[in-house]
Amino acid sequence: MGVGIEVANLNAWYGSNHTLQDISLNIPANHATALIGPSGCGKSTFVRCLNRMHETNPIARVTGTVRMGGIDIYEDVKPVEIRRRVGMVFQRPNPFPTMSIYDNVAAGLKLNGYTNRKSLDEIVEKSLKNSALWDEVKDDLKKKSGASLSGGQQQRLCIARALAVDPEVLLMDEPASALDPVSTSKIEDLIFQLKTQYTIVIVTHNMQQAARVAEMTGFFLNGRMVEFDSTQKIFTNPSDKRTEDYITGRFG
Amino acid sequence: MPEIHIAHPQFQPEPSVTAEQRQAASAAQEPSEVRRFLLSRGNSALADRSFQILMTLCALSIFGIVALIAIELIGNSRLAWHSFGLQFFFKAYIDPYTGLPTYWDPVNGHFSALPFVYGTLLSSLMALMLAVPLALGVAVFLTEMCPNFLRGPLAFLTELLAAIPSIIYGLWAIFVLVPLLREHVNPWLIKIFGWSGLFSDDNPTGLGFVSASVILAIMILPIISSLTREVMIAVPHSQREAVLALGATRWEMIRMGVLRNARIGIVGAIILGLGRALGETMAVTMVIGNSPEIHRSLLANGSSMAAVIANEFAEATNDLHRSALIEIGLALFIVTIIVNALARLLVWAVTRGAPARVN
Repeated sequence: MGVGIEVANLNAWYGSNHTLQDISLNIPANHATALIGPSGCGKSTFVRCLNRMHETNPIARVTGTVRMGGIDIYEDVKPVEIRRRVGMVFQRPNPFPTMSIYDNVAAGLKLNGYTNRKSLDEIVEKSLKNSALWDEVKDDLKKKSGASLSGGQQQRLCIARALAVDPEVLLMDEPASALDPVSTSKIEDLIFQLKTQYTIVIVTHNMQQAARVAEMTGFFLNGRMVEFDSTQKIFTNPSDKRTEDYITGRFG
Repeated sequence: MPEIHIAHPQFQPEPSVTAEQRQAASAAQEPSEVRRFLLSRGNSALADRSFQILMTLCALSIFGIVALIAIELIGNSRLAWHSFGLQFFFKAYIDPYTGLPTYWDPVNGHFSALPFVYGTLLSSLMALMLAVPLALGVAVFLTEMCPNFLRGPLAFLTELLAAIPSIIYGLWAIFVLVPLLREHVNPWLIKIFGWSGLFSDDNPTGLGFVSASVILAIMILPIISSLTREVMIAVPHSQREAVLALGATRWEMIRMGVLRNARIGIVGAIILGLGRALGETMAVTMVIGNSPEIHRSLLANGSSMAAVIANEFAEATNDLHRSALIEIGLALFIVTIIVNALARLLVWAVTRGAPARVN
């Protein structure tokens, strides 16, 4: 089951560049939340702060609090622990090219020393079914490498890899922006199914996508969050003029 | 002309310039100064052609040099080839006085390359065993852990090791390394591992395979570590992020996200180091002891293919002796070319992105 995320006064920097300024919002558990906004507005930085990936860059810095299921992820735990509980899917599919499909999915578990072979098999199958890839790869799980799949399949493999560690939160940073329309719609269907079991935060450039998959939508601009509300409200009756300008295509 | 229908009023082209106006304007225009100058120049076909031929000759000269070396080596080793055949690399003679095996006795016309092949392989492999862990450590530190202010100087120093002339390494080995090993390391090796017979105490000089391997290891360290660094850098950043996002520690990230993806290139780097070690002459000649024998002890004196050529070629007394030395050279030439080609291929496979082709 997913957990909610409470973000308060989150600030982030890359060097002297203040990329996120005073972000506060509550992301509801077991729902999909979309973050939209023009390139460079800080939405990717924001999701990277939710699993402390932002700080893997030596010049990056974060202040503020992020509470996930009652835990302050910047105070109470080490980054490694929080990343085990928060899955992440990146913009461009990044399966491990030297591993088989099976090993790609099992990578997170094997990394953490989970070796029960029988339940490993079950988890791999379940994760691949959850990511709607099972039927396409079940015959060559251990024969084919993760890199031999098509781009859309690779991205679903990456989703399966993230699901295999049974995360409480799934972060997706423009998961479909490098994919063709058919693969994109498969990923969207997937998000639609997964959001009942996981808390999903999805960054997207595609406003139709946000409208299709997410219950909540946040609009980011120049490192600030302009508006955060139900998707319905954001796309039909936004309170802020800048949100309205953006969703009607007047800029961005 | 068919009518073009454009829905959006903003995109309606403005017919500001008519076809007649355009024609009139271009007819009235004189060719400019620049245009006339450019038109007056020839097509430079001859210069272009000669340049092409010159460059092709430069490139072909590489093939020419390699071919000439091969022809020379093959031609001049024919005598030894015909006298000993393949046995040249395996045979042991029995000394009539001592009854012990002997391999290389120019006075009595006994020539077998076995101790030199053994010496070259043994010293190179021992050098690899010492250099590979160290080089991998250096490369991992430099790419993944090194603070930025230290990265440049450290990488530069590592590369600088490769620029030191071989003879300087040899001198340093004789004056510093060999005494150090003789006084402090060898007694310890003999005490702890003496029972295995691999470290016997019958060579008081400190010269021998251990000394040669240590100096070789230092010499091949820069090539292995800089190539390993290169293939590690070639691993896309997204692979590191993928592993980190699964909750990996830094070491797990390096192992799964970096080393695993770079492994073919790392093998290439190691083989390239092997190629260097096989052919290295001067420093090895100075410390290996130069006796054409095969002993179980790693502390014993030995010789290598390159060392025997360097030592004996100028003083070779007869044609067979000279021919035998050249045949050893031919064998070394073939082996190092194959090893180097293989290594380059493996490194190329990684840096050109064959296995890590995602992203």
